[in-house]
Amino acid sequence: MIDELASQVLDFVKAATGGAAEAEVVVERQALALTRFANSYIHQNVADTATVVRLRLHIDGRTAAGTTTLTDPGALRDLVERTVSAARLCPPDKSWPGLTPPAAALTTGTVDEAIVAATPADRAARVHDFVAAAQGLTTAGYCRTRHKRVAFANSAGQYVEGASTDVALDGIARTPSSDGVARRAGSRLSDVDGSVLGARAAAKALAAVDPVELPPGRYEVVLEPTAVHDVLRCLAVYGFNGKAVGERRSFAVVGEAQMDPSVNLVDDPVFAGAIGIPFDIEGTPKRRVEMVSGGVTTAVAHDRRTATEAGTSSTGHAAADSQSGPAPMSLRLTPSTPDGAEPPSEVDGPAADSSVAALVAGVSRGVLVTDHWYTRVLDPRTLVMTGLTRNGVWLIEDGQVVWPVRNMRFTQSYPQAMAPGAVLGIGSHAVPMPATYEDSSFIAPALRLASWNFTGGASG
Amino acid sequence: MTHFDVASAAVEAALAAGARYADARVMHRRYESMTARNGDIEELGQNESAGIGVRALVGSGWGFFAVPDLADAAARAAGEQAAAIAAASATVAGPAADLVPVPAESGSWSSECLIDPLSVALSDKGDLLVGATDEARRHGADLAEGLYQIWDTTKWFVSSEGHRIDQHIRECGAGISATVIGEGETQRRSYPSYRGQYGTRGWELVNELDLGAHAGRIADEARALLSAPLCPAGNTSLILGSEQMALQIHESVGHAIELDRILGWEAAYAGTSWLNLAELGRLRYGSDLMNIVIDPSVPGGLGSFGYDDEGTPATARYAVRNGQWVGVLAGRDSAATAGLDYAGSVRSDGWARLPMVRMTNVGLEPGPHTLEEIIASTDDGIYMDNNRSWSIDDKRLNFQFGCEIAWEVKDGKLGRMLRNPTYTGIGPVFWQSMDMLSSEIVPWGTPNCGKGQPGQVGHTGHPAAPARFTDVRVGVRG
Repeated sequence: MIDELASQVLDFVKAATGGAAEAEVVVERQALALTRFANSYIHQNVADTATVVRLRLHIDGRTAAGTTTLTDPGALRDLVERTVSAARLCPPDKSWPGLTPPAAALTTGTVDEAIVAATPADRAARVHDFVAAAQGLTTAGYCRTRHKRVAFANSAGQYVEGASTDVALDGIARTPSSDGVARRAGSRLSDVDGSVLGARAAAKALAAVDPVELPPGRYEVVLEPTAVHDVLRCLAVYGFNGKAVGERRSFAVVGEAQMDPSVNLVDDPVFAGAIGIPFDIEGTPKRRVEMVSGGVTTAVAHDRRTATEAGTSSTGHAAADSQSGPAPMSLRLTPSTPDGAEPPSEVDGPAADSSVAALVAGVSRGVLVTDHWYTRVLDPRTLVMTGLTRNGVWLIEDGQVVWPVRNMRFTQSYPQAMAPGAVLGIGSHAVPMPATYEDSSFIAPALRLASWNFTGGASG
Repeated sequence: MTHFDVASAAVEAALAAGARYADARVMHRRYESMTARNGDIEELGQNESAGIGVRALVGSGWGFFAVPDLADAAARAAGEQAAAIAAASATVAGPAADLVPVPAESGSWSSECLIDPLSVALSDKGDLLVGATDEARRHGADLAEGLYQIWDTTKWFVSSEGHRIDQHIRECGAGISATVIGEGETQRRSYPSYRGQYGTRGWELVNELDLGAHAGRIADEARALLSAPLCPAGNTSLILGSEQMALQIHESVGHAIELDRILGWEAAYAGTSWLNLAELGRLRYGSDLMNIVIDPSVPGGLGSFGYDDEGTPATARYAVRNGQWVGVLAGRDSAATAGLDYAGSVRSDGWARLPMVRMTNVGLEPGPHTLEEIIASTDDGIYMDNNRSWSIDDKRLNFQFGCEIAWEVKDGKLGRMLRNPTYTGIGPVFWQSMDMLSSEIVPWGTPNCGKGQPGQVGHTGHPAAPARFTDVRVGVRG
């Protein structure tokens, strides 16, 4: 069906332009369901199915794009006609990079039939397990399932089709003076366990009761995977972004040793079990791309336009919002143990698991940070970010968590925090993190860093 | 079949499937945007979206289902699905849900629009952005960007209580920015704000902005910022321009007075609020100069409408009066839970999303001063404007905001330009330190307010004027 829609739109373009247009069509069909809970009950419970048809075409040297959620032939003809008209009225597009040539995708994506068939009762059951495991604490969060199918076709003969499923469970447990969080994503419904996550969130909240204020200053830190997720996202969106690099707004310089030798960053949207569609919005097949290898920046993400400007080829990172630029949204910080090693175990106390606890054990004085919140760029070139901690912070002394700490504001350059010599340890296992703002699939281990600049406590 | 018929069919189906209350919104939206970079058009997009979203209340559980299909059968199926989802909510049930009573409104409303923005020739719009970004480049910008956005939304709302409302809302706006790249940092200046100024108005709003006339100035200022001294660190008197004040209101008042946050409904994501309902009507939020009004009826405000997405007519009310907290942004269910008797602030960003508590227009009433008077009466301070970064904690207390530009103020006069200005504080402490407020109100529009899961992007308005705050920590750096 989605393949037929894509072909139909290409036919309409050909009829409307006499074959003079270069055209690409993306048809995306998504079933999204999200069960949200707060104060330990389900308060919002939503689902929708939507099909979006996106057309971009280039005619007489000019480019325009449009979308519609209406899929009857009349609506599709309207989409074609208004996009052709818009292109003809546009100023010339001098940097049009041309269409993606035919190339097969490396995979068709990962689909879990249990997610495809998931019902409101399935999501509610996982919420129930989270709430029940939280030792009577107040809980809040969500369980989300998503099934996406995408077809791409262009007038240069490229056709690819793929599908993806994902599930996310993300929740907090609360006491009057503290919150604790546990979250996880996966491509299979069985990847999330409400009981495990609910118990972990509760353990964190209970360990964070009555936090004390810590003076601002530089501290060694252990960032849990939930916080490292934010670091990876910011590095991806603002750093390893081919457009930002081309405009000299990014810190990333290919070939330079910009991070600690222990740091390896890989964008991998095509491994078995990966979340996401295995090609980008220009139809370029996605592949595994090493962004940082042994601390040396080795690549940045490109779409066809930024690749042409940089004299290279697309890495398969074109996004619908081209103004933001291509970013590696499946970034993984390689953990310290090889794939296939025994997974970490749950532990007593506030650490998320044994992988985090092992990093904490090496710290003589520092801070354990569960989560980041509301991080924003102060300067894109140095990637100085400001934000706050959230959902559990503790002081570490002599390898032990000694007491909970109130949330703190930080103002910190992320690349500088991971610079050569600054990374003291990387967790043994990486955890898939739920997408927040954009379609993403970051996979993060915990991270022990020599210095993090806390610029204010809870009192200002 | 009319769109009202489709919505009615969905509501009927939800009721037949066991809902004790249901409502449905049919929405059709056209969106157009264009971006320009360094004198070239970067992207032009024209999107069309239509569908129906149905909300059903079964027992104490809500369900919502949406489809992009306006046929009778699809609408009925959506109503049934919404009821089935609501029934599943009983697996983890909460307290009894009620809705504050509102009259069953029948009505029609349109925003005022002198020049239909979708009727303006694309070539004219392109020339505007190309010309302005070209001018900024000529003045030394390494990166000159321009943007306009247009939303044209019609919606038809029906509820099981008898609501029958249609609305046509047209919104648009535009802006330009100039970035210069230094050795170790970048500097950016924007006009009138980064990503633009917006309202529920026609293209006349964009014409009034006169983007081209400001392109050279912002590029010159961005270049000058590269060599300007750093904003000093310490505590001082802080004067904020109206654009930064709009952000200050949005983040440290608007979100804090959202009743769903206060009730804990957003605890896991957007966060809660430092406000406690037990203190409504008694708590001192700010100085006596602080009067914040929730008013979705402001002509041209980006948060304006005739009725919210639960069918409650637009009504103005105080959130903060003479410095005292007196009101919240509420919906029918959150108000009932809180024991309040008013709603009117529930909105959705499209047919596929659940309506939720959102800001409308939340802004300041004018003060007694002018910016000129504020500067003239300041012996030692800093004047900042145009937001560059914003971060605030999940209780909406601890904030740190950065601006694009600042000037020192010495002996009542503007002095040197300062780069990388930031300031930080705690909401109520900061607002209680406001000792001067200008009468020069600008109805700023924010088209990118994120909230909810799945995420929704809200359009909010913030009438704001320059103001002075005392003993504020400035110059926080990494």
